[in-house]
Amino acid sequence: MPNKTFFWFFLPTGLAMILFIGLPILSTGIQSFYAQHDQVVKEVKKCDPFGCTVSIVVDQEKTSKIREEKPLGKFNGFGTYVDRNHLAIEEIAKFWNETNSFGEFVDQVTNLPFYKALIFTLTYCLFVTPNVLLLGFIIALSLNAVTRRIRGPLIFGTILPMIVTPLVGSLVLFWMIDAEGIIGANLQMLMDDPYLSLKSSKTLTWITIIIYGIWHHSPFAFVVFYAALQTVPQEPVEAAIIDGASRWQRVRHIVLPHIYPVVTFVALISLMDNFRVFEPIIGFSAEGSAQSLSWLIYDNLVNEEVILFGSAAATSMMTIVGIAILLAPVLIRTWKEFRTAR
Amino acid sequence: MRETNMKKILISLLFLLFGTSAYADCNIKSGSINILANDFPALRTFVETAKGCKGSADFKVTHSSEHNKIAVPALTANPSEFSARIAANSSIVPLMNQDLIRPLDDLVKKYGKGIQDSQLITIDGKIMAVAFMANTQHLYYREDVLKELGIAVPKTYEEVVAASEKIRASGKMQYPYAAAYKAGWNLAEEFVNMYIGHGGEFFKAGTAQPSINNAKGVATLNMLKKLAGLSNPDYLTHDSEAIKVEWESGNVALMTLWASRSGTLLDDDGDAKITAATKLTGPATVAGGNIPAATLWWDGFTLAKNRSDADAEATFRALAHAAANKKMVADAADQAVWLIEGFKPGPKSIGVIEAVKMKAKPYPMLPQMGLMHGALGSEIVEFLQGKESAEQALKDVEAAYMSKAKEQGFL
Repeated sequence: MPNKTFFWFFLPTGLAMILFIGLPILSTGIQSFYAQHDQVVKEVKKCDPFGCTVSIVVDQEKTSKIREEKPLGKFNGFGTYVDRNHLAIEEIAKFWNETNSFGEFVDQVTNLPFYKALIFTLTYCLFVTPNVLLLGFIIALSLNAVTRRIRGPLIFGTILPMIVTPLVGSLVLFWMIDAEGIIGANLQMLMDDPYLSLKSSKTLTWITIIIYGIWHHSPFAFVVFYAALQTVPQEPVEAAIIDGASRWQRVRHIVLPHIYPVVTFVALISLMDNFRVFEPIIGFSAEGSAQSLSWLIYDNLVNEEVILFGSAAATSMMTIVGIAILLAPVLIRTWKEFRTAR
Repeated sequence: MRETNMKKILISLLFLLFGTSAYADCNIKSGSINILANDFPALRTFVETAKGCKGSADFKVTHSSEHNKIAVPALTANPSEFSARIAANSSIVPLMNQDLIRPLDDLVKKYGKGIQDSQLITIDGKIMAVAFMANTQHLYYREDVLKELGIAVPKTYEEVVAASEKIRASGKMQYPYAAAYKAGWNLAEEFVNMYIGHGGEFFKAGTAQPSINNAKGVATLNMLKKLAGLSNPDYLTHDSEAIKVEWESGNVALMTLWASRSGTLLDDDGDAKITAATKLTGPATVAGGNIPAATLWWDGFTLAKNRSDADAEATFRALAHAAANKKMVADAADQAVWLIEGFKPGPKSIGVIEAVKMKAKPYPMLPQMGLMHGALGSEIVEFLQGKESAEQALKDVEAAYMSKAKEQGFL
């Protein structure tokens, strides 16, 4: 397709994307630079069924005047980005000067909420993405080899994990690994440790969520790979068989190079999806042991009785930057290919 | 089992039929009423009673356990989605902070007949809410288990720990204690209770500066950890509902739980032997203190500011009818500790009544308390998991709170 045709073809989608994705991101970006006005509080008497006390409330008359003048709030620049709950620049500098060993410094930094979440998010991406690719590819290859008659039902069964709503899927697993659930109780018997709990240990919780992630995302990789396998030309494969190439050699030298662009595509989508890991944390009630960047945003928006729009906006912007950094190598290569193709 | 359920349905149907006709039509001619409330039996009864008074007004209600997440955005809209919000000591604060609820003085004067003065929540001389029930967290115990092992009913958390250790040593139960320690709001609430029991203050007097990193804070965390060690190892994922299930399956002999849950705990569902042996007592004290390690809560109704006066009037009349309803209080005496005139406390009210007698403190109604509560819920987890010291955990709470409070303009 010539670029010009492509432009007109893409225009409606592009406009919708600007309206529904671009503008909200812009507004989130603006929001992240603002904080609430200084609260004007006053001492008042409060009485309830349990007695009276003198306590403070927000002075509404004065506050509403300030709010009317500047509805967006107080300009804070990158203040929210660098505070302790986000990049924590000051704290890190302090830790660097105060700690004696590098290990101690790392301990201190990973204790900060943003870095704690970042480490979990990256660990999740790092383990889930390659495993999803590998598992998806193996399933696709195996299914491609079975006889056509039972292929249909097998394919349906294989994509089930993707059809199940993430929250429901994680809840089912959550109950199974409960100390009294089928997996949890059997593990206790197997390990002969009545105190073993998959949910109370941080490491085991991480492993559970990662396994869940692989289970949930593999079908996507499988579906795409399976479709790609149907396009592998049969002549070179047959020629290779005649030449005496083993099954592995055929896969390595003919199939893989052929579906390589598709692998890149699946890797890209998987990385993006995994970087936004969120549902399993809620489903597994794993907030205590595992927090992701998306969970931080959710926490700022709903878990407090006071909604922290600035914090949530700042974390959102940094998540976007994080995804951009992760995808940069692939995107740069695609761009180069595009340039050379022209 | 099925038969008793059928019976219940029949009885409630009959109750509905005759109940509604028994309610006086309060002669509301117009307006529209839309209520947002938490979801537990007492609130359903309360709202249902208010509905009996709606006259020709439009009546809608949303019962949701996610009410906290909806409230501020829904009441900020103008006109607001809801005309009334059933709130509690903590959830009224964000509404006050954002100026989303209206003073009720005129309406109370005009239509508040039968509402007692003690039910009025006044802030700076203005009536902002009308309370109708009280709640707290207190101890539940298994009489049979304690008797068999010769353990007296614990009055302090130290005794709770000793009793739980004895039960565990006897081999009867592996995890004899339970409380809602789910990371987040629930866990923070347990900290607030225990810290108040130690006589702690959350903020430096008259400021929003945190002051929990002290000896009382450390003692609080150590006690929470001891109790967690006696609980099911999955305690960080257990909310009130989960520990109720643990209790009903007979895995637990001592438990700290909301008074408002006693109704479902003592109903006919479940093992009759366990239900019969389930006894209630006041909240425990800690570290030799006089006041219980618990907070008192009220539930009451507030009216949205961003809604027409006509709607506010209709809503108030309907809700005031319920908030001064002797018949409802008599019919639903075991659903809650009602603050309404004519309430005769039954055996399920012991917890709250003991708490009031022991001079328990109400949950702090401060504008910045929600931020502190949020910081506690996530930052003390690693201490309970044994990954950091109590001092470090408290330092983290203060630091997390300070960043949030700065963003919100409190510091």
